[in-house]
Amino acid sequence: MNFTFSDLIPALPEIFVLIMACAILLIDVISKQRMWSYTLTLLTLAGAAAITLFSATGAPQYAFGGQFVDDMMADVLKMMTYLSGIAVLVYSRVYLLERGLFKGEYFVLLLFAILGMMVMISANHFLVLYVGLELLSLSLYALVAMRRDNAQATEAAMKYFILGALASGLLLYGMSILYGLTGTLELNKMAATVYMGVQNPMLLSFGLVFLVAGLGFKLGVAPFHMWVPDVYQGAPSAVTLFIGSAPKLAAFAFTMRILVDGLQPAVAEWQGMLAVMAVLSLAIGNLAAIMQTNIKRMLAYSTISHMGFLLLGILSGTFAGYAVSMFYAIVYVLMSLGTFGLVVYLSQNGLEAENLDDFKGLNSRQPWLAALMGMLMFSMAGIPPFVGFYAKLSVLQALVGAGWLWLALVAVLFSLIGAYYYLRVVKILYFDAPAVDAPTITGQADSHALLSLNGLAVLLLGLAPQGLIALCVYAMQMSIQ
Amino acid sequence: MTEGLGIGLLSLVIWVPILVGVLILITGGDENAEGQRTLALLGSVLGFAVAIPLWTGFDTGTAAMQFEELARWVPMFKINYHLGVDGISMPLILLNSFTTILVVLAGWEVIKERAGQYMAAFLIQSGLINGVFASLDGILFYVFFEAMLIPLYLIIGMWGGPNRVYAAIKFFLYTLLGSLLMLVSLLYLFFQSGGSFDILTWHKMPLAMTAQILLFIAFFFGFAVKVPMWPVHTWLPDAHVEAPTGGSVVLAAITLKVGAYGFLRFAMPITPDASHYLAGFMVTLSLIAVVYIGLVALVQSDMKKLIAYSSIAHMGFVTLGFFIFNQLGMEGGLIQMISHGFISAAMFLCVGIMYDRVHSRQIADYGGVANRMPMFAAFFMLFAMANAGLPGTSGFVGEFMVILATVKVNFWWAFLAATTLIFGAAYTLWMYKRVVFGAVGNAHVDEMRDINGREFLVLTLLAVCVLGMGLYPLPLTEVMHASVDNLLVHLSHSKLVP
Repeated sequence: MNFTFSDLIPALPEIFVLIMACAILLIDVISKQRMWSYTLTLLTLAGAAAITLFSATGAPQYAFGGQFVDDMMADVLKMMTYLSGIAVLVYSRVYLLERGLFKGEYFVLLLFAILGMMVMISANHFLVLYVGLELLSLSLYALVAMRRDNAQATEAAMKYFILGALASGLLLYGMSILYGLTGTLELNKMAATVYMGVQNPMLLSFGLVFLVAGLGFKLGVAPFHMWVPDVYQGAPSAVTLFIGSAPKLAAFAFTMRILVDGLQPAVAEWQGMLAVMAVLSLAIGNLAAIMQTNIKRMLAYSTISHMGFLLLGILSGTFAGYAVSMFYAIVYVLMSLGTFGLVVYLSQNGLEAENLDDFKGLNSRQPWLAALMGMLMFSMAGIPPFVGFYAKLSVLQALVGAGWLWLALVAVLFSLIGAYYYLRVVKILYFDAPAVDAPTITGQADSHALLSLNGLAVLLLGLAPQGLIALCVYAMQMSIQ
Repeated sequence: MTEGLGIGLLSLVIWVPILVGVLILITGGDENAEGQRTLALLGSVLGFAVAIPLWTGFDTGTAAMQFEELARWVPMFKINYHLGVDGISMPLILLNSFTTILVVLAGWEVIKERAGQYMAAFLIQSGLINGVFASLDGILFYVFFEAMLIPLYLIIGMWGGPNRVYAAIKFFLYTLLGSLLMLVSLLYLFFQSGGSFDILTWHKMPLAMTAQILLFIAFFFGFAVKVPMWPVHTWLPDAHVEAPTGGSVVLAAITLKVGAYGFLRFAMPITPDASHYLAGFMVTLSLIAVVYIGLVALVQSDMKKLIAYSSIAHMGFVTLGFFIFNQLGMEGGLIQMISHGFISAAMFLCVGIMYDRVHSRQIADYGGVANRMPMFAAFFMLFAMANAGLPGTSGFVGEFMVILATVKVNFWWAFLAATTLIFGAAYTLWMYKRVVFGAVGNAHVDEMRDINGREFLVLTLLAVCVLGMGLYPLPLTEVMHASVDNLLVHLSHSKLVP
């Protein structure tokens, strides 16, 4: 394999983030001013965004002998990843400062996690995918455990680590079976080989089961969802905010790379598995969320159901389905950022706004924040005119178009059940009287402005969804052969 | 047809109230309540003013859509911003815009907390409902159809009675169930029609019988819950009882009409064969609503609940009129819709006026109101009579037309329907007697003051409408004639694939 410098160009954003992460690690040792690290991290993400934007060519570009690909899908997802990284940093600044967690490790781990996601998004090779995944996962384990004197956080990290390691094992096992079967780890070539027909179809299904199980863990869909509620609840809210956002994009890309880029010819095999997982996630996510009193835990179950919905798009097995799944993932991340952002924002002056009751009567205390939260909840429930509706609509449309009418009906019924707990949050915000001892809410200009933007985006994208949908469809067109 | 050019009349009708509502929200909290109320009144009057040209400029000679606007909205999914009205939807838009003014006036002094949000919710709601009536694109319709639940949910939950949370959530989930099933059928139609969300295209599209029946059932769930038809009506009494007066008025006068309108715009023209096939089922449910719910209304001790049940019975007439497939019946049903809009609004406002003074909705807590509020008693009398279907009031016209039309089809159906003239009179006038006549019941009633100028204005406006429609309904039937004719011709042709 000949290596030339031009090979590096598609991977320029990754290289930039890697260098900056190392630099920030060093600077943080020397400087006592944590604001430096904070600002530099923000600048790194902005810089990476600029590089990605200017190096985007449209057509897929391969590097490192085809192990790494930079296509439109990757570019769009990476841009969203940077954006959510920036939002996470801005939302969590005061939260971290208050709790003494505003430390260099946070920024560096965040950047490494983002780097891991970028690698996952651009991987065209099982090993590269795996490396990206591990980079992301290890950073996340550490982030969850950052508040190390907190028993819940430590337990969550432990659980996350053990189950994550198990999932990685499953993935590796699946990969090795497929390697044995097709003789390649490169996704394009694997697709070609599977298309020609494999000697032992049974083995293909066998390997797929392990792969899909591993994917299920990473996406957090039922029946591999056990870690999600504990980790979401146990991690510091600022970290939950992060786990709930960009990694979903990476997990989506990961699923797309393996199942569509690599195993599209075996679509009939994995469709059924995804269907079972999707229906289970919709059921468990929506039903279990009803009973929660902790908002982070409730949102964790809501995530499970949303990821189930996302799978519905992918399992339709059509081009339109992939494009709308991407749309769904982006919309979900936008909503999740806003919701957890508000949880983080309200966790101030000694309050951990973790219980639903902490949001009581928010409307009479902070009408604008309540309106934002209300809009996000309606959007998550899929009520128009918010963008969450179009996300659901587009997935349903893809499903019906691909002939999965019964799945669409199941999805619709569980959306109805899901609407209940989102409505309950709106009820708490608007109908209940505020607690007498509710602490005052101090304004944070930067976070407040970005949250407002985030909430309004959910409304405005709902009124004019065309741009984002067109972008997703275009990206898919340019990326999938 | 204006394609992407300028802002059409219908867009104004939809967006003016919504934008004024948003403006009110921006003006802040209760410290500006007085200004917010004035702004809301201006907004609602303006909203009605821009709707008037729909009536004056309406061409009664055609069944085609008028004031059409067409712009691409989400081309990726072939969703268009397509608006237009015909003789069926136009009167409903006017009714809605008019009711909004009444609701704003009715909540003027009564709502003291978060008055701005209250007014804004009603204005936004008004715009959204206009959107429902004006949409000619399936998804656009659905967006308005769903979005209108949000303000109503907040209205019931924030300003409602003691059990408001239960009522609000029940109302929302109940109606959402119906709409979600409808959404799937909209998607199915999209693919059947080769990729179009245009309602008028769906009207012309042939469909197999099984598909028609399934679609009809899905639409039935979507719209019957809203109407509401027996047996999916149970959310209505709860919502009505707990909602603030304005909320009850909008629920009864407008939201129920959305369901009936849905049958005319979607279920019947898209699945005509299934509509004929299932007409007996629909008629049965309608008659159960008329007779059984009428009896249920008789035993209520809560005034709002009584009027809620009477609404269900009256809406039974509407669906009955639709599903006997003749001109008289359908026009009767439509007249009944508009008339019920006025009468139920008036009834709820009357109860609201008493509630504001005594803070009770129980019939037993009143008695002899006429001694203290003679002027009010006179108005209440008129509306109670209209609710009972007295000739000369609008309540009579629609019911009479429907009964007459039903006789032509089946005498016994007509006989059952006509019992409403007895039951309706019984429950309304009995309530009226217990509340208004007799000796002054207790100290609370003794302290009641007669209606003030604002309340007088609201009730006068409604009284004029009720009497006007009752004495001279011709202008209204003229407007809807061509569209109803066209719909019936359309319904008489089978859409089954030959």
